[in-house]
Amino acid sequence: MKISFPHMGYSYIAFKWLVENSGHECIVPPEPSKRTLDLGVRYAPEFACIPFKILLGTYLEVAEMGAEVILTSGGMGPCRAGYYWVMHKYLLEEIKKDVKIVAFEPPLCNLRDFIQKLHFVRAGGGISVKEFTRVLKITWEKIKAIDDIEMLSHRIRPYEVKRGDTTRSLWQALDMLDQANSIAEIEDARNEGLKILQNVNMDKERKPLKIGIIGEIYVVLEPAANHYIQIMLGEMGVETDRSIYLSAYTRNNTIVNLEEDIHQIARPYLNEAPIGGHGVNSIGETVLYARHGFDGVVQLAPFACIPEIVAKSIIPSISRDLDIPVLTLFIDEQTGKAGVQTRLEAFVDLLQKKRDTRIGAERLVV
Amino acid sequence: MARIGIPRTLAYFIYYPFWKVFFTELGHEVIRSSPTTRDIMDKGVKEAVNDACIPIKIYHGHVADLIGKVDYIFCPRLVSVRKHGDFGTETFCPKFLGLPDMVRLGIKNLPALLDIRIDLKKGKEELKNICLELGQTLGNKSTDILKAMQKSVKAQKDYEKYLNREMFPEEAMDMVLNHHENHNGRKTIPEFTIAVVGYPYTIYDPYINVGLLKILEKENVKVVTQDMVSDRELNRMAKTLPKSLFWYFSNRAVYGALHFLKRKVDGIIHVTAFACGPDSLVDRLMEIETHRRSEIPYISIMIDEQTGEAGIKTRIEAFIDMLRYRREGDKCEN
Repeated sequence: MKISFPHMGYSYIAFKWLVENSGHECIVPPEPSKRTLDLGVRYAPEFACIPFKILLGTYLEVAEMGAEVILTSGGMGPCRAGYYWVMHKYLLEEIKKDVKIVAFEPPLCNLRDFIQKLHFVRAGGGISVKEFTRVLKITWEKIKAIDDIEMLSHRIRPYEVKRGDTTRSLWQALDMLDQANSIAEIEDARNEGLKILQNVNMDKERKPLKIGIIGEIYVVLEPAANHYIQIMLGEMGVETDRSIYLSAYTRNNTIVNLEEDIHQIARPYLNEAPIGGHGVNSIGETVLYARHGFDGVVQLAPFACIPEIVAKSIIPSISRDLDIPVLTLFIDEQTGKAGVQTRLEAFVDLLQKKRDTRIGAERLVV
Repeated sequence: MARIGIPRTLAYFIYYPFWKVFFTELGHEVIRSSPTTRDIMDKGVKEAVNDACIPIKIYHGHVADLIGKVDYIFCPRLVSVRKHGDFGTETFCPKFLGLPDMVRLGIKNLPALLDIRIDLKKGKEELKNICLELGQTLGNKSTDILKAMQKSVKAQKDYEKYLNREMFPEEAMDMVLNHHENHNGRKTIPEFTIAVVGYPYTIYDPYINVGLLKILEKENVKVVTQDMVSDRELNRMAKTLPKSLFWYFSNRAVYGALHFLKRKVDGIIHVTAFACGPDSLVDRLMEIETHRRSEIPYISIMIDEQTGEAGIKTRIEAFIDMLRYRREGDKCEN
């Protein structure tokens, strides 16, 4: 079968490997572009959030490229994302596109359905259960390696002497990972990739500002949806830490996973969890970033995203209590790169000023 | 003896009789905020986060309206009222889930909030626990609380019975709470039957929808809503969808629309609020299903802070004119 899937950050490298090694042909989804969004906006309901529109646009693009099956995720609510696939199916049927959508519902909700769908992918490709398990394991390793490399790139970028060096090295490293075909090869590619990034010409004298990035998973993970905000901030000389990585559930070295349950941290502000999407997480993460001495937080969310609106209405109280500035960016199809950049520059200026004032005050005390 | 304020919006239209009877039986005074007005909406727009939808803003306005008049504001956290949906996880819109916190952190000088968590999918005993906890917070005895609960359960049942007899909430509330028998049956035979579906707080609040139901009544249209259909009938519709939605009120609206398609009403009006998250899906879902299952005309009316009566009226009149043309067209064909 010709299989495709939604584009989300650099994860397509791992999913491409998964599809190809399960005996299928992979239609790699193109990075979301203006055209993707235009296609999505044409057919999507007006107030659907931007991930819905980008996904629909991507599906139409891969359908043009010949995809027969699209693998995607379901959900149990209350975020709208769990109902995306149903709506996408309706809309694709309405415009007579012959693509089958296979949505993986959370295994805890319906294990049988989940297994059936895995079986569908495996049997369709004609590989054994043992082989499929091996392929899944390697895919998971790849996802982790991709995240490791991306994470390091965001730490290195603010120090780079020549603008763009880090991003070039990042792509070099990702290409190497793309070629890796076994756990050992992935390990080598990861180490080699990390080395390439560490060898970027850096100015260690700099003391970059630190900004935490929180918000809704899709616009946080997909650089094309958030106007490459982490690269933009990195090139302004800001170190960014992102709260969400696909592999985050299994790792302990990210800020967000360092401490106890994120819902527990959010409790003084929002006494209910979950409220869908990453709404509660956004609240808890703002608290965590403040505690870890970050200079500021940027909240990314699609326009009209329900959980993030709840979070946004609560965040000003945290911002006041813990003295951490938060900038909320709601993203829709009208958002322009220049607009995002201007607001970020102003925000960074404000953070710099705040830090200078604080350091000045500390000197006075000494 | 405390004064308890209940904002006259959101779940008010469905559950007011229950809480009114419950608190009154316990010897407290229930004060409703006044019906939505320009002033309330302006207050809400000022207090609420700017990205919120209009019903949430209006809720903030109603809460602000109650400040100074009451000792407590009853602002429950509605999590679920039944076990439903493909995974049994039906809940309410995330804004309902975060509502007490939004209100608490957003509005200053607030009286105490009764922000009890209502999660009835947990089991049969849950309602009792909720009532006990609420009553005890207010200083009532357990025996009194349970007695009051029984009465309010009955009032709620009666209320739903009246709704199912195709009464509007105001009328049905009057019947249950004041025992007024003012059922003034319709004098003329209605020209059309139109289903108005949507959230109770958008279809029954005449300020939000600038008197939509009145306009329809003047046009000699009989209005039916999803709340006039029994739960059993509504839930039967769930099986005809690939997956049910996650939100209680949205599910009711969708099932209602599907039910009315089967009942062959003359038209369907979906009332939706600007930038309503769930409705972005609900609206398109209803539209597609309407076209697939029938030839019944469907219109969606979107409301926001700026909605004017003239705009709504024009659209409704055009819709009804279209229904008339269709009917005449059908006659000619025969």
